[in-house]
Amino acid sequence: MDRRQWPLWEVFIRSRNGLDHKHCGSVHAPDARMALQNARDVYTRRQEGVSIWVVQADHIHASDPDAKPELFDPADDKIYRHPTFYRLPDEVNHM
Amino acid sequence: MTGTVKTNTAYLDYLLRIADSSLILGQRLSEWCGHGPVLEEDIALANTALDLIGQARLTLSHVGRLEGEGRDEDALAFLRAEHAYRNVALVELPNEDFARTVLRNFLFTSLQLPLWQALGSSTDEELAAIAQKSLKETRYHRSHAADWTVRLGDGTDESHARMQRALDYLWPYTSEFFSPTPEDEAASAARLGVAWPTLQDAWEAQVLPALATATLKVPQRTPFLSRGKQGVHTEHMGHLLTEMQYLQRTYPGGTW
Repeated sequence: MDRRQWPLWEVFIRSRNGLDHKHCGSVHAPDARMALQNARDVYTRRQEGVSIWVVQADHIHASDPDAKPELFDPADDKIYRHPTFYRLPDEVNHM
Repeated sequence: MTGTVKTNTAYLDYLLRIADSSLILGQRLSEWCGHGPVLEEDIALANTALDLIGQARLTLSHVGRLEGEGRDEDALAFLRAEHAYRNVALVELPNEDFARTVLRNFLFTSLQLPLWQALGSSTDEELAAIAQKSLKETRYHRSHAADWTVRLGDGTDESHARMQRALDYLWPYTSEFFSPTPEDEAASAARLGVAWPTLQDAWEAQVLPALATATLKVPQRTPFLSRGKQGVHTEHMGHLLTEMQYLQRTYPGGTW
């Protein structure tokens, strides 16, 4: 470990009414336990959340920004993949 | 306030001890704002300072109402003379370095924890409500400070040496936590508050195992006894008050 800088952790917060954790920023910390405490102190001071995930940034693998055309553009004209042609019963939540 | 509370000077002193200890430690911790070792810890210390000042505000306001002489939280926080403060001397000592700061937080919040727990069932309903709210804050403060105590105590040679130096310096001031006072007896007899000497076992059960894990050597107890609870303060208190009271004394009644 580089002694001058702690590892970077990405922070995900689930808000009070939210169903999923959303990325909200990052913190530096020597380990996961302290990363959670730092995330709590930096990102939940104003009642932003009820649950925190932290992931060491090294463990996140990202798609290549230059590959956007072949990865994502082909979906543009496939509107039949959207479930907009069905009527959902009212009882089905969170689709 | 509740009608059952019999207001007397001893009980007001008992409350001031709680309020002033939070207030003065909050003031000390706020000195770190903008100077923390890393951004995350800077915010953590500022959060803790604000929580402590919040505890002090609630308790001082309660004292002001019980006293019935028209003093509000600001008058009590900023317009008293040094000998009228009842905080334990430990909280007024200078921060010195991060080691002493986190260790002091650990030693003091380990006292607050059983204190708030006991006060949660005070017959003074206002104090009980303050205690129940503050207990949650203190649980986090203590856990954060305990983590740092173990990490730095059982860390590098440098961090261990600084923590041991901090413990040797701070330890004698913890005797005051448990020295019996007439205010303790009065509050305890009226079931308004817990007598602090009875908290010693719970405090040691919190503190000693963590210090052992941190590989720190607990100093021997000596006859030294600080007397902040009686209004006798260290040489550092006047300097702290000068800074803390400056604004209110220069611009009396100033609000924002």
